[in-house]
Amino acid sequence: MTERTVIEAVRATIQAEMRRDSSVIVLGEDVGIRGGVFLATDGLIDEFGEDRVIDTPLAESSICGIALGAAVNGMRPIAEIQFADFVWPAINQLVGEASKVRYGTNGVKTAPMTVRVPYGGGVRGGLYHSQSIEVLFAHTPGLSVVAPATPFDAKGLLATAIRTNDPVIFLEHKRTYRLVKGDVPDADYTIPIGKAEIKRPGTDLTIIAYGLMLHYALQAADMAAANGISVEVLDLRTLRPLDEDAIVESVSRTGKALIVQEDTLSVSISSEVAAIIGERCFFDLDGPITRLGPPEIPPMPFSPIQEAAFMPSPDKILAAITKLAEI
Amino acid sequence: MAFNIELPHVGESVTEAVIGKWLKAPGDAIEKYDPLVEVITDKVSMDVPSPATGTLTKIHVEEGETVLMGSVIAEMSVADDADMPANATTSSFASRIGTLVQGANVGPTGGEFVDTSLSIFEPEVMESVPGSGGTRTSMESEPSSRQKGFSPVVTRLAAQHDIDLRCLVGTGLGGRITKQDVQAVVDSGVAGNVEIAASQSNPSSGDIVVEPTPIRRMIANHMVKSMSEIPHAWSAIEVDVSGMVEWRAANRVRFESEHGVRLTFLPITLWVVTSALRTNPQINSSWLDGKIVLKKSINVGVAVAAGEGLVVPVVHGAQDATIVELAGMLNGIVQRARSGAMTIDDVRGGTFTLNNTGALGSVWGGAIINHPQAAILTTEAIVKRPVVISSNGEDEIVVRSMMNICLSFDHRIVDGAEASKFLQMVKSGLESIDLQTVLK
Repeated sequence: MTERTVIEAVRATIQAEMRRDSSVIVLGEDVGIRGGVFLATDGLIDEFGEDRVIDTPLAESSICGIALGAAVNGMRPIAEIQFADFVWPAINQLVGEASKVRYGTNGVKTAPMTVRVPYGGGVRGGLYHSQSIEVLFAHTPGLSVVAPATPFDAKGLLATAIRTNDPVIFLEHKRTYRLVKGDVPDADYTIPIGKAEIKRPGTDLTIIAYGLMLHYALQAADMAAANGISVEVLDLRTLRPLDEDAIVESVSRTGKALIVQEDTLSVSISSEVAAIIGERCFFDLDGPITRLGPPEIPPMPFSPIQEAAFMPSPDKILAAITKLAEI
Repeated sequence: MAFNIELPHVGESVTEAVIGKWLKAPGDAIEKYDPLVEVITDKVSMDVPSPATGTLTKIHVEEGETVLMGSVIAEMSVADDADMPANATTSSFASRIGTLVQGANVGPTGGEFVDTSLSIFEPEVMESVPGSGGTRTSMESEPSSRQKGFSPVVTRLAAQHDIDLRCLVGTGLGGRITKQDVQAVVDSGVAGNVEIAASQSNPSSGDIVVEPTPIRRMIANHMVKSMSEIPHAWSAIEVDVSGMVEWRAANRVRFESEHGVRLTFLPITLWVVTSALRTNPQINSSWLDGKIVLKKSINVGVAVAAGEGLVVPVVHGAQDATIVELAGMLNGIVQRARSGAMTIDDVRGGTFTLNNTGALGSVWGGAIINHPQAAILTTEAIVKRPVVISSNGEDEIVVRSMMNICLSFDHRIVDGAEASKFLQMVKSGLESIDLQTVLK
């Protein structure tokens, strides 16, 4: 058992998987000598050499295209996108191609690749270093989309992602990298894709969140408890496929749902979760399915005051909890 | 976890298939979607993929056999959901979720921008941003008038438990009835059911329409429930209480000075009724889900007209009490009922009801049973009447103190013979009281 931050858990897991399986390789911008812009691959080039830790040109379409080609031919590449904001040039390689390999070859070929994508804001990153990009991938059948919020889940889910025979978009929230610290077992373990987890049990309402918002939701739940409101917090962990049963089980019990996300609300993960609740929990609902997210504006602002106004926070979540609990 | 592998349906018209070559053997590790077995139907030949990742444990159908689609062809075992080693779970759950590091570097590339506090720039700042849309909540645009309705779960629970939602007082926003409000009624077991028939007659002009008080409504619901569920039957009998009247007159002053409680006919009637209930347990019972539950304890409710309406406080464990104790208990609950100071325990758990309608001058009545009990007994007014008495073969008209007692009973549980036997027992008990009866 070692206490690690999220970024340390990611690095340790990549290292362990590379030692475990020689077909695992890393490629991306500055992942080699620099050790990655967030140091997620720091030191790996020394241990595994430049054949397995590959510095690439600044071309995301190329990174993902190479990863896909390698994956289809028996490697297990881990592609690093430096910032989620830069993933758009690789959409064709991921959404257009990687997602369809198994189907398109009638199961003859698969694409066991992991694309690590640092996403999210609240880091003074402004327009080009703060984006939430999960919806486009979560919309795509053939891709799995994982978004762990804790060091423990980051390790278990990253190990699963690397060992899975189909492409996984592995989302790491930048603000959690050094902010969240927790116990991580040294031993090998995996966490299945598609399983949400109740991070805090409660009875009055369910908050459904993922990534950084999970931690804000837990803080808000603590504050609400002081006011006598018992909040259950469900961590989605996987955004595709969503753990429908876990969502339905929890909301059916509490009768009220608050979905919190950093991404804008329209046509988003929260839309999908709300639809699931509407379809499967109707006769157990005791309040409107409620969502909390940022305003519908194009970017996360750079100005600190505006960034804070944009981001959901524990206080804003608490206000939404209070309002929903009072209904 | 082990589970069966079934031959998947491949099309509506295909009902059976011939098993071809097995591509995996028992003991083989298999990945989800790995080809498992060749299958030949009249339309296609195909490889059936493994439905999960795990180990093939058993093959049920050999090559060349014909099987129906959907039948079990093999068994496999899969690792449990999170195939974590034991030591992975030794970490406490809280430490797995992790803590937030104050002052961590969370800038764009992990540096420079220091996270000072999670609650910096919180709502105060938001309000100082003119024209800022702020964080969006999907609830914000909802009009408050929508609070008038019942939520789906409230409607469902009310239907399931026969609860009339109009009888509930909501604790939610604007008096909305919440799930918790309904659940509290369900848990308390005092659901008031009522079926509202379409109003047959509309009030005409000059009629006064009164909105019933909550208690009136509860009484109404309870009466409707009892009359609609319990097939009532009635029986009545005359009792000569001349001896009891003399006994009370003789003991009244002494009793009140010794015990500080007024001596009425109620405690001694209750005492006689209790002993009759003890030998007729089916009168002290309930019809419950198609079964008859004979109650161990005799808890007699005593109907009391209080300010707001009828209340029925309960004398618990009457079978173990003396007349003196019964008098004390009755005095206490009647006082509390009249002063509105009853506790929940005072009205709960009744197994039989005694109603002294005679106090109001009534001489005959057909009471409604206090659901879910099996019977209710009314004691009517004691009136002096000329009565024919036979002694030594000679009839004689004398003036006696007479009282009718009327029993309403659940005919599902009790027949006329048993009801009459119970009434006879109460009658003989009351008639045996005379000046020699010793208070105990």
